[in-house]
Amino acid sequence: MTKKTKKLSLNFGPQHPAAHGVLRLILELDGEVVEKADPHIGLLHRGTEKLIEHKTYTQALPYFDRLDYVAPMNQEHAFALAAEKLLEIEIPIRAKYIRVIFCEIGRILSHILNVTTQALDVGALTPSLWGFEERETLMTFYERASGSRLHANYFRTGGVHQDIPASLIEDIAKFCKSFPKIIDDLESLLTDNRIFKQRNVEIGIVTKQDAIDHSFSGVMLRGSGIAWDLRKSQPYECYKDLDFKIPVGKNGDCYDRYLCRIEEMRESVKIIMQCIEKIPKGPVKSIDGKITPPNKEALKESMEALIHHFKLFTEGYRVPSGNVYTAVEAPKGEFGVYLISDGSNKPYRCKIRAPGFSHLQAMEYLIKGHMLADVPAVLGSLDIVFGEVDR
Amino acid sequence: MSLNSIHQLEKLVNSELASKIQKSIIEFKELLIKTDVNNLIEVVQFLKSNDNCKFKQLIDIAGVDYPEREKRFELVYLFLSHELNSRIKLSIDFEIGIKIPTMTKLFPSANWMEREVFDMYGIEFENHPDLRRILTDYNFEGHPLRKDFPLSGFNEVRYSEKEKKVIYEPVKLEQNYRDFDFKSPWEGTKYIKDIEKKNKNDKKN
Repeated sequence: MTKKTKKLSLNFGPQHPAAHGVLRLILELDGEVVEKADPHIGLLHRGTEKLIEHKTYTQALPYFDRLDYVAPMNQEHAFALAAEKLLEIEIPIRAKYIRVIFCEIGRILSHILNVTTQALDVGALTPSLWGFEERETLMTFYERASGSRLHANYFRTGGVHQDIPASLIEDIAKFCKSFPKIIDDLESLLTDNRIFKQRNVEIGIVTKQDAIDHSFSGVMLRGSGIAWDLRKSQPYECYKDLDFKIPVGKNGDCYDRYLCRIEEMRESVKIIMQCIEKIPKGPVKSIDGKITPPNKEALKESMEALIHHFKLFTEGYRVPSGNVYTAVEAPKGEFGVYLISDGSNKPYRCKIRAPGFSHLQAMEYLIKGHMLADVPAVLGSLDIVFGEVDR
Repeated sequence: MSLNSIHQLEKLVNSELASKIQKSIIEFKELLIKTDVNNLIEVVQFLKSNDNCKFKQLIDIAGVDYPEREKRFELVYLFLSHELNSRIKLSIDFEIGIKIPTMTKLFPSANWMEREVFDMYGIEFENHPDLRRILTDYNFEGHPLRKDFPLSGFNEVRYSEKEKKVIYEPVKLEQNYRDFDFKSPWEGTKYIKDIEKKNKNDKKN
């Protein structure tokens, strides 16, 4: 007599703590082995691209905070760079340094969240408690610069919204001194932890070729041994003048990606320290009154400033027609904006290239043949945030 | 990527692909080449395999809708070469209803990107393994990123206490969407006339 076997299909999510948001994953299982995975996304789709087509450039910027809400300013950066490229303006040096400082803070924010929640998914609770305390500190830096912890709306076209005070720079420097110790603590909990290694080593292996074919970027690419980082290879802002290393993995498994993220946090701290040393005094936004708003004092005295202010916040600025693609190295990978302008005050088309979209697409390739229990581990190491995948 | 190497790339592409390339533009230090639907796959194959191109990664596919043009839709493929550290944009224009050959055999990552274009613009891809909607709701109707699709959509969703389930209703706005005319002069009236003239010329093309 032969035994009859039946395949089981399992609905994972959309409300599942290990799905990191609203992912519905339809799994086909043979016993405990995953044979097919079909991610259903779009549960957080808000039509960002459509909305941007109906807003002025100034109004479009805050939508980028709401994409990858774990590292908001990195997203804004891509859009600001795209608009600046079309307008052909150069931003002041101080603004460049402020942008880099906050981009790296964003990177640390994102990596802390990812590393600790990945640990949480495989059974370790403590890292998230320690890590989130640091995230809170970093978010107060966001708040002190922009006025809000998450939805910053800080990187405006032509520079940044406001200058940061010296006391904030001092506090960021203090954080940079104390934070490496926290990374050491996190590592002492995880790096040599037997359970953590059993759950992550040789799980979700990506070969070099597959990483390229599946349009991977960021840590997903570097974990597989490809030394590619837009900050080095196609430098923007002042990354050219900064000294930092690109950590690269060897095996391309979940554990290597974890190690890459830990090392990247250390490099980010180094970058911030260098920026703090080098940051010059001066203006923080372009002096072109047709693009950046006048300061508050001028509004009380100058009629011209008042007119500019009114026009900028109603009509907005016009951007010359053309199309550009700009990409930044966001914490999760290459975040790009393909912007088409028709010469009016609103973008004609704004395509957002989110790294998580390509990463999640490869879920079936990554998880095939693994056990059901590996699904959260692989998902965790992909670093998915649904704000950017669904847009 | 330096401007020099972009010009070299442009020359190479134009000489090797000759008639398959309709136009090549360098703007803002970025190279955009235009081809047509029939030559698409061949051009992409060349870009991927040629030793001086090596565009092995497909970054994204962006659809664009120009309702006033005869060839209404445009697809822009963005490629990246890690080895040569360069980028290229490839675009095709086509009329509504034309099927585009899929790129999934060359780039597995094109799968979801094409699904997204299908979802947002209703552009179909030939031989695509799994052409379903991706971002919009189950049973959604219409293609949201087309310019004739209203911003507020057609249907809205709410939980009905009476029926004890989620129901779909036509959108009812308490206040109309505020869309202002911004054509008031600021930098003089000349530039508005320029834009209007340009738009008219575009329509003719």
